[in-house]
Amino acid sequence: MTELRPLLEVTDLVKHYAVRGGILRRRIGTVHAVDGVSFSVGAGETLGLVGESGCGKSTVARTVLRLVEPTSGAIKLNGQDISQLGKSELRPYRRSMQIVFQDPFASLNPRMTAGDIVGEPLTVHGLASGQKKRERVAELFQQVGLRPDQTKNYPHQFSGGQRQRICIARALSLGPSLIVCDEPVSALDVSIQAQVINLLIDLQRKHDFSYLFIAHDLAVVAHISHRVAVMYLGRIVEIADKTELFANPRHPYTQALLASVPVADPKAKRLTPMIDGDVPSPINPPPGCAFHTRCRYVMDRCKVERPVLADAGAQHQVACWLNGGTGRKA
Amino acid sequence: MSGRALLSVEDVAVDLPTPRGNLRAVDHVDLSVGAGRTLGIVGESGCGKTMLSRAILQLLPKKARLSGRVMFDGQDLARCGAGVLRKLRARSLAVVFQDPMTSLNPVLTIGTQLVETLQEHLELDAATARQRSAELLAAVGIPAPAQRLAQYPHQLSGGMRQRVAIAIALSCEPKLLIADEPTTALDVTIQAQILALIVDLQKTLGTGLVLITHDLGVVAQTAQRVIVMYAGKKVEEATVEALFENPRHPYTRGLMASMPAMISLGAKTDARLTEIPGMVPSLTNLPAGCAFAPRCRLAIDRCRQEYPPLQDFGDNHFSACWRAAELVSTP
Repeated sequence: MTELRPLLEVTDLVKHYAVRGGILRRRIGTVHAVDGVSFSVGAGETLGLVGESGCGKSTVARTVLRLVEPTSGAIKLNGQDISQLGKSELRPYRRSMQIVFQDPFASLNPRMTAGDIVGEPLTVHGLASGQKKRERVAELFQQVGLRPDQTKNYPHQFSGGQRQRICIARALSLGPSLIVCDEPVSALDVSIQAQVINLLIDLQRKHDFSYLFIAHDLAVVAHISHRVAVMYLGRIVEIADKTELFANPRHPYTQALLASVPVADPKAKRLTPMIDGDVPSPINPPPGCAFHTRCRYVMDRCKVERPVLADAGAQHQVACWLNGGTGRKA
Repeated sequence: MSGRALLSVEDVAVDLPTPRGNLRAVDHVDLSVGAGRTLGIVGESGCGKTMLSRAILQLLPKKARLSGRVMFDGQDLARCGAGVLRKLRARSLAVVFQDPMTSLNPVLTIGTQLVETLQEHLELDAATARQRSAELLAAVGIPAPAQRLAQYPHQLSGGMRQRVAIAIALSCEPKLLIADEPTTALDVTIQAQILALIVDLQKTLGTGLVLITHDLGVVAQTAQRVIVMYAGKKVEEATVEALFENPRHPYTRGLMASMPAMISLGAKTDARLTEIPGMVPSLTNLPAGCAFAPRCRLAIDRCRQEYPPLQDFGDNHFSACWRAAELVSTP
């Protein structure tokens, strides 16, 4: 996928939150939510972002869209750095970046009809009104597998899967070039999950937009992504083409993550946890490699020096000091 | 199903009156679990798996009507008085819920909650109970257990809280543990730790386990026998090997096919996932015949008129499908 012109280029993205305490609300600490993350997403490409709760994947998503202000770093959309743009300068770029959230119950206004929800972005950006808007909304409903006559219904009249379809239709309404999906299928039942994943893939094939796809379910990410980045405590520890990443993971954390997924095959019994303990607090992340406190292959160097992402094969980068910076062979 | 059943649920139905009419949450389900064995109950939201577990525990909502028998250790729990139930729940019947934040008391320390349980049910003195509490926390893999006893639930991570909930559930060495989605709220690495822990403790204590989950992977890795539920009914039951090798119900097959498989296991990821069309029907408005028929590719006229009974297809592999006999090859 190297030939692809990067649609989104994120460089050294940092997001720190202040922890305040005492009666003067003085800054007593810093949450290192995102701690120097760089990646790119090509046009028509899907980059999967995986990691456990609190690893900063949702903060990355929100910072890229400027829903959360970055502490530092550059976010380039089609070559233009949008990280410093003011509200009105940012507006044209908002049209090309949309988001689908995890909870389709919380992300739809219960007092608006589904049609109004999907049509609102068109009004906000002054793209269509009246009959033209109604036609566009009906077309969007069809695209996501809803009936045009359902535009008059309210969110509570839809099931979880249908609500997520409404969210997708709303994201599509402005013809975006990037859609950020933050755990879009995690709240859905297995049989409905497959419907929504297929819909997302079909829509991408048709419209050729890019996804930044965030999920904790590795099988889902593997299915939908072209490339996958693994995050741990605010940093990307490994990034590779998906086939390469799943067949040949090099970071001990990626390996542990893959080994922890329960396999739907009773003959493949393997319930051996690969790592112990919990993720450390992002308020005082461990020095050096953030994973060293739980890593079984830790060396002295890991405790003091932070590993940088280095090439570990074609289209494959890993941040691990093992084997001269190429990670551990599985 | 070796040995005498520890728990045997016979023809249990749960009815809930609602403004839109009667809702049958659990529709005449039988199941049994032996000591030291694990029964997995699989199904999607609203299939009745949680109501079934509540029926076993006698923790149904007040309005609910329960019929059938819940035989546990020679007694019918559905006919036990509150006092007897309290004793049983204390000593032999334990439960772990999905969300540990709602099952732990937020204003009491971990220590108080554990010590209270031990003092109440095992009649230990305070010092022994405290020591035993620390041992239990250590057994569920909590580092620095003595210090943790003084902490409140909100000071622990989700995985730690669930470990505490498991420690409390296992503190009195129960004969039966009912775990309702015990790892659903947790990350995969923590899930692997918790599942390994439950299975391990189960082996040591000989506890029977009813594991309710929507995750076929979790079931495959822990259970010996599995029940698949759909719209309140048991649609398939088999050993875990038989279920995964040759699922005999189109719904089970659909569930398996719609899960994206792990690419590391040679799964093709460019292929479309096989969808189950439509959605789970409302329990107040069930279709005639088989509830799965409107979503089933194999449905014939008979399916839309008559509900298929559970039939044994050999080796206690049950399926409720008119066309189950045709479902023989692997999908």
